[in-house]
Amino acid sequence: MGGKTLFDKIWDSHVVRSVSGGPDVLYIDRHYIHEVTSPQAFSGLRQRGVSIFRPERTVATADHNIPTLNQHLPISDPVSRSQVETLEDNCRIAGITYFGMGDPGNGIVHVTGPEQGYTLPGMTIVCGDSHTSTHGAFGTIAFGIGTSEVEMVLATQCLLQARPKQMRINVNGKLSEGVTSKDLILDIIASLTTGGATGCFVEYAGEAVRNLSMEARMTVCNMSIEMGARGGLIAPDEVTFGWLSQIPSLTENPAFSHLVHLWYSLRSDSEARFDKEISFDASGVPPMITYGTNPGMGMAVDGVIPYPGETGRVHGETDPAASEAGHSAGCSYMKSLEYMGFRPGMRLLGHPIDYVFLGSCTNGRIEDLRLFTAAVAGKKKAAGVTALIVPGSQQVARQAQREGLTETLRLAGFEMRQPGCSSCLAMNEDKIPPGKYAVSTSNRNFEGRQGPGARTLLAGPLVAAAAAVTGKITDPRELIWH
Amino acid sequence: MKRREFTILESTAIPMPLANIDTDQIIPARFLSATVREGFGEKLFRDWRYASDGSPVPGFVLNQPEFRGEILITGSNFGCGSSREHAVWAITGHGFRAVVSDSFADIFMNNALNNGLLTVTVTTAFLAQLTELVTARPSSMVRIDLPGQVLSVPEARLQSGFPVDPFRKECLIKGLDNIDYLLSMKEEILAFEKNRHP
Ligand code: SF4
Repeated sequence: MGGKTLFDKIWDSHVVRSVSGGPDVLYIDRHYIHEVTSPQAFSGLRQRGVSIFRPERTVATADHNIPTLNQHLPISDPVSRSQVETLEDNCRIAGITYFGMGDPGNGIVHVTGPEQGYTLPGMTIVCGDSHTSTHGAFGTIAFGIGTSEVEMVLATQCLLQARPKQMRINVNGKLSEGVTSKDLILDIIASLTTGGATGCFVEYAGEAVRNLSMEARMTVCNMSIEMGARGGLIAPDEVTFGWLSQIPSLTENPAFSHLVHLWYSLRSDSEARFDKEISFDASGVPPMITYGTNPGMGMAVDGVIPYPGETGRVHGETDPAASEAGHSAGCSYMKSLEYMGFRPGMRLLGHPIDYVFLGSCTNGRIEDLRLFTAAVAGKKKAAGVTALIVPGSQQVARQAQREGLTETLRLAGFEMRQPGCSSCLAMNEDKIPPGKYAVSTSNRNFEGRQGPGARTLLAGPLVAAAAAVTGKITDPRELIWH
Repeated sequence: MKRREFTILESTAIPMPLANIDTDQIIPARFLSATVREGFGEKLFRDWRYASDGSPVPGFVLNQPEFRGEILITGSNFGCGSSREHAVWAITGHGFRAVVSDSFADIFMNNALNNGLLTVTVTTAFLAQLTELVTARPSSMVRIDLPGQVLSVPEARLQSGFPVDPFRKECLIKGLDNIDYLLSMKEEILAFEKNRHP
C-alpha cells in the first residue's frame, strides 16, 4: 500500500461522512467572506430561518468593491455602498469578525487572512472567491466556492465536495536572477494551459519551491486556479513556521510550539502516489508576460507571440487533457489576439503601454512592493504611464511606510493608493479605459477584466516596474543591470 | 427548499463554440454589486451581446432570432475563472436549463448543479458533431434524458451518454437541495467536532 499525500492527510481528517456514490461531507476550519459573494447566502439562510452555526470560524473583510482613494469618506456609488453595508450588518447580527474599509485589519481577504494568523497549516479553508487557493501556501486545503456553498458553510460548517484528483508539480533547480515566483507560475500555466489542471489539486514541491519565501509561495498557489486546479498547496516547513512566528496573536498562544511540532508531519509520504506528476526546471524560467485573454497565453517577455496550435507545451508525461484544451483553445486564439491588438509572430518588447497596476492578492504583498520599489528607485515613472500602486492590506501599507518604500516611490513619481482589489477586477473606479494596455501584476487577463475593452498583460512586479519607468514592455534584467 | 425537478428536457439549442469562456464574460464584474439573485439574466454575456452604447451586436448568437432554446452548447473549459455564482444566475435567469461541453471548470460545475442547471459533459468529438448540427439546423430538437443519462438529437440519430455523480443526479431529479441534506446531519457534525477537539 502506498503512503498518503499531504492532501490526503488533511482531507481525510476532515471527512464527516462519505456519501456513497457521491461527494464527501467535509468539515471547514476557516471560512473567509467578502461583500460580493456573501449577501445572497445570508438572505438564503434568513429565508430558511436558519442561523449561523459557527460564527467564530468565519472572518469577513470588504475588499472587492471599495475605492482606493479617500477611504475615510462613504463609498460614493450607492450600489457598492449598500453591498458593503449589507456585509457589515450581516456580520454584526451573526457575531462574525469584520474588518471594514479603513480598519487597520482591512485588505484583500487572501492577504489579511494569513497576516492575521487566521490561516494555519493543516486547515480546510474556503471562501466565495476562486483565489482562496492562495492559502495553500501554508499547507492547507484551500479552495474557492460559490454562494450556495457559502450558505452551506454558514449553516453547517460543512461542504459537499467530490474528492479531486491529485497532481504534483516538481520545480527543480534555482530561479535565475531577475525572475520571480510570478514568472514561475505564469510559465507553468503557459505549459499546462488554462484548463490543464481542471479536476486536480496541485502540490508544488522541489528545490525551487522550498527556496521561495512565504509571499512568493502565496503568489504561486494563488494562480493555481488559472490552470483550472481546484487549489494548490505546499508542505509547511521552517519558512512557514518562521513566517507564522512573526504574528503576535499566534506566538502569544502557549500551545504554538506544540502546534508547530504537529505541523511537521504535514508532508506527502515518500511512497505517496499522484494521479499526475510533472517536473519543471526553474533555471529555464524567464521573466514572463501574457499576450492574450487567458492566463495560459504567456511567454518570455522577450519572446514571440506563438501561432495557433503552438501553445501549451506539455512537460513530463504526455497529458491528453492539456493538449486537447490547447487544441480547442486554437479556435478562440485569433479572437483573443484581435482583442489585444496583437498578431502571431509579433514581439512585445518595446511595445508602448498606458497603465501599470501593482497589487492584488497575487502580487500586493510587502515583498512585491519591495521588488517593485527597488527596481524603480532613483528612476522616474515614464510620462505617459498611469500607475496604480495598491497595497494588498492596511498592514502592507503601514510596513511600506515604515520601510521608506512609500517615500522612494513618491520620489520616483508614483503615488501609493489605499488597499483593496482595485484594478484587478475593476469593480470600483480603478478601471483601465477601452483599448488601453495595462501591465498588471494581478491574475486574470480576461476580456474586460480591468474595465470594458481594457487590454491586460499579466506579469510579475519586476516586469511591471520596468514597464512603468520606460513606458513600454521591457526586460527587467536590462533595467536592473544596465 | 425544493427546486424545480430536472428529468427530461427537450429544446432547441444555442451553439457558442468558443473555448475557455470565463465567468467575467458570462457576467462582467461591474454587475456584481447586487445583493439579490434575480436580474442577472439581462446581463448575460453583456459585453459580447451589446455594444458599449447598449445596441445589440448583430453577429452574436443570442441576438440571432433563429437561435432560441434552453440548452447552451459551448467549447472546452466553460466557466473558468472567478467563482461568482452570479454567472449561473445569469445563465438560468436567461432561461437556460442545461449547458453542454466537453469540459467545465470545477467551481462553475458545482455552482451550476447547486442551482439545478445541468452540466452535460460529452466527448470532444461528439461536441463537435452536435455543434455543427445545431449551427446548420437551429430548429433541431435536442433531448437530454437525465435519468437515462443520454443526450440525443433523434431527427439526426445522434446520441451520447454522459456521466453524472449518482448523488447529484438524485438531487436534480427530485429537486432536492444540498443545504437541507447538510442541515439534516447536525448531530453527526456536532459529534465530529467533539471528537476532533476533545
Ligand atoms: S485581488 Fe483580484 S483576484 Fe484577488 S480577491 Fe481581489 S478581485 Fe479576486
